[in-house]
Amino acid sequence: MIEVDEVCKSFTVRRRSGRLRRSRTLVGAVDRISFTVAAGEFVGYLGPNGAGKSTTIKMLTGILTPTSGRVRVSGLDPSRQRTALARRIGVVFGQRTTLWWDLPLRDSLTLVRHLYRVERSTHQARLAELTELLELGAFLDTPVRQLSLGQRMRGDLAAALVHDPELLVLDEPTIGLDVISKATVRAFLTRLNTERGTTILLTTHDLGDVERLCRRVMVIDHGRLAYDGSLPRLRAALDADRILIVDLARAAPPIEVDGARVVRTDGPRQWLAIPPSGNAAAVVAAVAARHEVEDISLREPGIEDLITRLYGGGVPADR
Amino acid sequence: MVEAVRIYLLLAGTWMRSAAQYPASMVMLLATQAVATFLDAAAILIVFAHTPRLGGFSLPEVMFLYATSGISVAVADITLGTVERLGEHIRHGTLDTLLLRPVGPLLQIATEDFNPRRMGKLVPTAVMLVVSLRHLDLHWTLARAATLPLMLAGGVGIFWALWVLAAAWQFAVVDGKQAANSITYGGAYVTQYPLSIFGRDALRGLTWVLPLAFVNWEPALYVLGRPDPLGLPVFFRFASPLVAAVLAVLAALAWRTGLRHYQSTGS
Ligand SMILES: Nc1ncnc2c1ncn2[C@@H]1O[C@H](COP(=O)(O)OP(=O)(O)OP(=O)(O)O)[C@@H](O)[C@H]1O
Ligand SMILES: [Mg+2]
Repeated sequence: MIEVDEVCKSFTVRRRSGRLRRSRTLVGAVDRISFTVAAGEFVGYLGPNGAGKSTTIKMLTGILTPTSGRVRVSGLDPSRQRTALARRIGVVFGQRTTLWWDLPLRDSLTLVRHLYRVERSTHQARLAELTELLELGAFLDTPVRQLSLGQRMRGDLAAALVHDPELLVLDEPTIGLDVISKATVRAFLTRLNTERGTTILLTTHDLGDVERLCRRVMVIDHGRLAYDGSLPRLRAALDADRILIVDLARAAPPIEVDGARVVRTDGPRQWLAIPPSGNAAAVVAAVAARHEVEDISLREPGIEDLITRLYGGGVPADR
Repeated sequence: MVEAVRIYLLLAGTWMRSAAQYPASMVMLLATQAVATFLDAAAILIVFAHTPRLGGFSLPEVMFLYATSGISVAVADITLGTVERLGEHIRHGTLDTLLLRPVGPLLQIATEDFNPRRMGKLVPTAVMLVVSLRHLDLHWTLARAATLPLMLAGGVGIFWALWVLAAAWQFAVVDGKQAANSITYGGAYVTQYPLSIFGRDALRGLTWVLPLAFVNWEPALYVLGRPDPLGLPVFFRFASPLVAAVLAVLAALAWRTGLRHYQSTGS
């Protein structure tokens, strides 16, 4: 479905360097990335801010032309066959709407139907289905500019699916959504992937999205692919070490306790790493029994920690 | 091509319907535009109150030039005027979303905000053409009669191409709208008058460099039965569609190159 082979993208940035002089510099955004996504997969594409996720997606959808390397999506070259590709894929940018600002959502969707040449009867059935699953009923006749973020997001999802694409690409589809909207969107995506067999690629900063949705994750950092593998492996890496932060009443030598080891100290504060097999409660009890403790907190390693570790070469890719 | 027209009408129709929610404002804008055009044209009458000829041309002849240029500009503006917004779409990153649809971005931008008020300029200039034709004392041959629609079509084609070229320029210089406007609006302005008033050097430039002379000047010389001040061969009187076609090819190339080098925005 997607083939990316040694793809690079760098941007030309013009800067003022003096009164009238302008200098051009090349900024690398994506650096020799290769991966393939098969039909029916549900892939999460993760990475810190500025890693190159959106840039990759723009190359997959034909908005940007790669500086070098080869991209194929649905057997087409995105930048050269952009409009043909548009008929086969659906794209949603969470930050930006593709709907017509002044039109009611229903009219926007009808217009999309015309642009994609979907039969009226097919459209009616599809619209009914999307309306039910995405709970659009309450605001189908409201102009898009009056929709809330969550409503608009669901409208955008519907618009991207009017033509029943074989691939759905989502750039931060849950950004800014509340818990309920997130749940609706996630349930919908799962159903789309399992029942319709739609291939889905999504970027997100929300670990919950990844855990509930993606069977495979790819991590990109500084434009390079740092990890590509299954979710269980990612989870194992995620659970690698939990960190217990202990604030003692006064500075003390490193705490010695079974099931944890001190990785850092800073005055009265100490960081203890607990391996995945360890029992955090036992460690907390042991520390509290032997030391005068002011405060104690347990930090689950976040995705940023994971990425930092990945980039340091902690976990090898299993593909 | 048929598909492009279908999509064009579809998109334009949708915008019209959404504009129709505010009929009063639509009529007001249409009327304002029409009145402004009439006032602009009235300046010619003031000039002719002081002189019987302008650049060697009589009042009905100047009106003829003014009207033919005005009609070409108006038709090009109605159908494609909004391409000048390309720069805004690039700056705001909204071009990205246009590129995601299975329809070219040019069609989408051209139909954006399509509104009957765009007709405001067409009606007055069409009226002027009729008036000037009634006052012109011409011997109508078939060739003359055929040249008139040919020149209007050629003029529209040339303005289309210029508009697209000016828009494509904004791919390279995002805030290049002002510079681009000076060519499009400047061109629209210049062709309203007999080009002879600008002098021979300007006339050469407007023939060979920025070929605005083919919008209406060259074919009008034939219709009005006037000699060419530059003494160009008679073939030039009928070259408007050819010039339009060449410019259109250039415009298409520039547009494509711009799109290929489009960098999008961050996020
Ligand atoms: N149009 C552009 N012009 C210049 N540089 C750009 C452009 N778009 C992106 N970049 C740069 O390319 C790099 C990758 O950006 P990209 O938008 O792909 O990151 P991202 O992974 O989507 O980040 P985020 O999580 O913040 O959305 C960044 O350093 C960014 O500054
Ligand atoms: Mg991004």
